[in-house]
Amino acid sequence: MAEKTPQELIQIDLAPPKTDWMDPSVDFEARRGTWSYPGGAKSLRYMNFPNPREWSPTDGDWQLPDNWREIILDGFRERLTKYRSFQVFMDICVRCGACADKCHFFIGSGDPKNMPVLRAELLRSIYRRDLTAFGKVLGKMAGGRELTPQVLKEWYYYFYQCTECRRCSVYCPYGIDTADVTMMARELMNLVGLNINWVMEPVANCQRTGNHLGIQPHTFKDNVEFLCDELEEATGVKITPQINRKGAEILFIIPSADYFADPGIFTFMGYLMLFEHLGLDYTLSAYASEGGNFGLFTSHDTIKRLNYKIYHEAKRLGVKWILGGECGHMWRVMHQYMDTMNGPADFLEQPKSPYTGTVFSNAASTKMVHICEFTSDLLKHDRLKLDKSRNDKWRVTFHDSCNPARAMGLLEEPRYVLRNVCNHFYEMPENTIREHTFCCAGGAGLGNDENMEMRLRGGLPRGNALKFVRDAHGVNLMTCICAIDRATLVPLADYWAPGVGIAGVHELVGNALIMPGENERTTNLRNEPIAEEAADV
Amino acid sequence: MGALLSLIAVAALAGLAWVAVAVGDLRYLVGVVLPGVAFAVFIIGIVARVVRWARSPVPFRIPTVSGQQKSLSWIHHQELESPSGALSVIGRMLLEVLCFRSLFRNTRVEVDPAREKVSYIGTKTLWAAGLAFHWAMLVIILRHFRFLVEPTPRFVEWIQSVDGFFQIGVPVIYATTVVFLAALAFLLARRLLDAKLRYISLPSDYFALYLLLAIGLSGVVMRHFQKIDIVDVKAAMAGWTSFQPVLPQGVGAMYFVHVALVSALLVYFPFSKLLHAPGVFLSPTRNLANNNRAKRHVNPWNPPIVGHTYAEWEEEFHDQLVAAGYTLDKE
Repeated sequence: MAEKTPQELIQIDLAPPKTDWMDPSVDFEARRGTWSYPGGAKSLRYMNFPNPREWSPTDGDWQLPDNWREIILDGFRERLTKYRSFQVFMDICVRCGACADKCHFFIGSGDPKNMPVLRAELLRSIYRRDLTAFGKVLGKMAGGRELTPQVLKEWYYYFYQCTECRRCSVYCPYGIDTADVTMMARELMNLVGLNINWVMEPVANCQRTGNHLGIQPHTFKDNVEFLCDELEEATGVKITPQINRKGAEILFIIPSADYFADPGIFTFMGYLMLFEHLGLDYTLSAYASEGGNFGLFTSHDTIKRLNYKIYHEAKRLGVKWILGGECGHMWRVMHQYMDTMNGPADFLEQPKSPYTGTVFSNAASTKMVHICEFTSDLLKHDRLKLDKSRNDKWRVTFHDSCNPARAMGLLEEPRYVLRNVCNHFYEMPENTIREHTFCCAGGAGLGNDENMEMRLRGGLPRGNALKFVRDAHGVNLMTCICAIDRATLVPLADYWAPGVGIAGVHELVGNALIMPGENERTTNLRNEPIAEEAADV
Repeated sequence: MGALLSLIAVAALAGLAWVAVAVGDLRYLVGVVLPGVAFAVFIIGIVARVVRWARSPVPFRIPTVSGQQKSLSWIHHQELESPSGALSVIGRMLLEVLCFRSLFRNTRVEVDPAREKVSYIGTKTLWAAGLAFHWAMLVIILRHFRFLVEPTPRFVEWIQSVDGFFQIGVPVIYATTVVFLAALAFLLARRLLDAKLRYISLPSDYFALYLLLAIGLSGVVMRHFQKIDIVDVKAAMAGWTSFQPVLPQGVGAMYFVHVALVSALLVYFPFSKLLHAPGVFLSPTRNLANNNRAKRHVNPWNPPIVGHTYAEWEEEFHDQLVAAGYTLDKE
């Protein structure tokens, strides 16, 4: 992992070098720790993706198909005519620089090509030279570059160094969305077999087993049962959730990390407790066992392919509507893509809370509700019996996950839930939350160990804001509503703000819920004593 | 380098116009033919570009949301940051186009390694300079209507009187003239002096700024130093609106330089980043409502992709499913 100390890593020079950015050189050997391993041939073959092979970015020859330039340029042309966003974003940037210092990777590394404007220019320079009249004539004077293998290597480095968090897009006067540009770049690279394993393996797993982790149905059931045992140990309440049950009212979709790894598993326990508390008529699915969708980090076609199972399963099980757990990019897909790609969901009913009668008109077409919407509505109607003091050992802050914030605008719901289930809640500085929120720096497939230095660098803005509230208010728990966050924020916090733990919002809901038939609750869901109360600062 | 090349290019354009008129006696070419052609290129170029944009469909509704969504009735919804329908999208776009809403958010990051502190300091200079420049340019363009239309429209007279409110100089120095040049000078200085900006700037970024500055300065020279006969100019311009262009008499070479530079701007516009003007209206992250789950968005080319179906999945994992006690669709 990181060999540099935080004090060393923060020695960042944001001043650009003297050389011209148009020179495309990336020394992969010297930059180990800041890039991800390429996609394994096996995964590519399983998905029928082009050019499966074993290779490394440090190789001189990347084993590209002979006509790779033609493939890329044809793909470029095709996407310009299929996506207005791409065509417009290629044409209208004025390089005003407003986005330059908004990227967490730029702030944490000082690498000028992590300025969103230059990240997009890596594509635009090719667009100008090969696909516009002006650029064909004027070449470099018009900001054009030749598409060489070096340029392609630079694409690989920088477009797998963008977490598609869309923070820059909030500040852009034209809304130019680097996530969209990165998605296009990754689609183009995928045409010639340039992808990363932390994306490709989950994609292949998801296609086969239904979830990124490759958990097969019997293990899925085992995991759920194991977590229910743990839950029983902590609370004395026995819960047996149904799986693949036809005729349930609600299909509950979650990211697979929630039933696989700490600390997501405590969030999972929280969900189950909430449903048990209510007596909700719901089912899990071992087939649609993943809400997350690494297709988002691959190509639009792959998003659709992997997302297919959600409505397919809802229809098969005959549920009325879908409830979704805490996951960031999953909700980008559910909110902005699912209905368009795999809808219309005319076999489902408009979601309605069985306990409050609230009709979720904001989900009238997609028929899928975010669990924070569902729970905040219950809390508003006072439908839950809670003991907030069980979370008193936590001094809590909330990290807005990129996609729920900037794709959905889901800002108040999780905060409302938190304020109702814990007594000590503190916001991080305002330029680092809500629509301004900073990424965990491990999204979009970058949350792997070989990329750890870049993750910690990109994690600086979030880590520094966290350190601020830790020191100012004694914050010792950062909550979030994203499975990737729950995995990647742990090392980030350990590095930049030691002493702060990471949890999902519904873990705290679970802690606070007074369950029928529960034992005297002396431990929280983590099996830690709940008694040690945080002193007021 | 790019800065210098662009300066040379703009100077060459101005010089060429000057030589053409002062030495070559090509007044008709520079004063009538050139602007006519340039205007045609401008209009056709913009229309062609917008048509090209419009022909690319919008397969997905992908607004960048910058405020609370519309969800539960009791949660305050930020309509202009997260529009829920067409009307609020118009509101968001108006704020963007008229007030530069997004630039107003701008911050500057500072990393202090000694204190291990990252700070975000609100900065409004780019917003202020950008807004000042664009509004001043709009007013200046509107002011030029007095050359084009006879009699001078009421609104132009009104604008002129407000713009010249301070009554300084003869002829009156318009406030927008000063603002226009000052804002451009600031935007140029920023590009030249800020290392990050200099690094990302292309020759075309400087070219546009120099060209606009040169247009402004040549206008100032005519109005305030040469004090050219505007009756003549007006007659010439009026000829344009009736499609019977005539050459103004009694105007110096500066007039032709001004006209040539404006022509250059018009020709340059549809092929350059200046397209941001029409482009901002077509940006899918700004001009779409955040009502994705409430209202279905249709992709005209939605590919017929089917994922791994349940039946295939059940078949592949049949034995495990049976062993784990799952109920199967197909026994």
